[in-house]
Amino acid sequence: MVILINLFVAVLMTWFTQTIYPGIPNSGFATLLLFAGWNALLWLLTYFLSEHSFHRSRQIGSLVLFYLKELLTASLRVAYEVLTPQDHMQPAVIAIPLEAKTDFEITLLANFITLTPGTLSIDVSKDRKILYVHEVYVKAGDTEKVKRQIKEGFEKKILKITRNPNQI
Amino acid sequence: MINDLFSAAFMLAGSLFMLIASMGMVKFPDFYIRNSASTKAVVLGVLLILLGVGIHYNDTMIFVEIFAILLFIFLIAPLAAHIVSRAAVITEVGFWEKTDLKELEGYKKEQDKEAKVTKVE
Repeated sequence: MVILINLFVAVLMTWFTQTIYPGIPNSGFATLLLFAGWNALLWLLTYFLSEHSFHRSRQIGSLVLFYLKELLTASLRVAYEVLTPQDHMQPAVIAIPLEAKTDFEITLLANFITLTPGTLSIDVSKDRKILYVHEVYVKAGDTEKVKRQIKEGFEKKILKITRNPNQI
Repeated sequence: MINDLFSAAFMLAGSLFMLIASMGMVKFPDFYIRNSASTKAVVLGVLLILLGVGIHYNDTMIFVEIFAILLFIFLIAPLAAHIVSRAAVITEVGFWEKTDLKELEGYKKEQDKEAKVTKVE
């Protein structure tokens, strides 16, 4: 919630500064820089209001960056796989036991899994305890390693953000 | 000048990713690998092409629109891939012979049970 208010106020403040000071160029990059500056300032201000939401915004930012990095490596890996003649593919269907419970958490996790290297989420079981994932790079049938990677990478990060006791 | 260079580079990189992914459609052995490869490459390709467009126009409203488009693409592309692959598993589209299917059996059993229950009713 705090992060949405933060973004909204940053949009307003960017607009104000551009109308008040006509010296600032009205191009896309100037606006983007101004917006980022206001966001950073407001983010630092929330530290004095509530330290908890300060750290939460930081976690959300790091999750987005991690996601983009994973997407880039996934695409590079696909390109490498297509352009080299031999294949290193060793596909398997993996059943991942879920710790995420609500609709939002499971949707987010499944969407993130689909865009990370080599994986594709297929379905959730009826009792919502298992997520079936198609994974292309399983080295020597070691499915436990893939499970651990997903659970300790994305699931941990998502649950840290969605489950917090004193949410504002 | 330098803006044009950057926007051209971004658009070229995006379309190259898409081209490579579509070459992968021919090369990859089964439906599921094709599906996962195309989703990733297309999302990154659209992201890069839109960044190139944004650098070319350098206008605030264009940036806002690009942000909205990217938000929807990031939400919808994995969703579409998930639904298509789920339909493929249910209608028993074949896996590649190297695929390890040990852990899919639980899912198959669940589906069978459901089918029986609906038949009895």
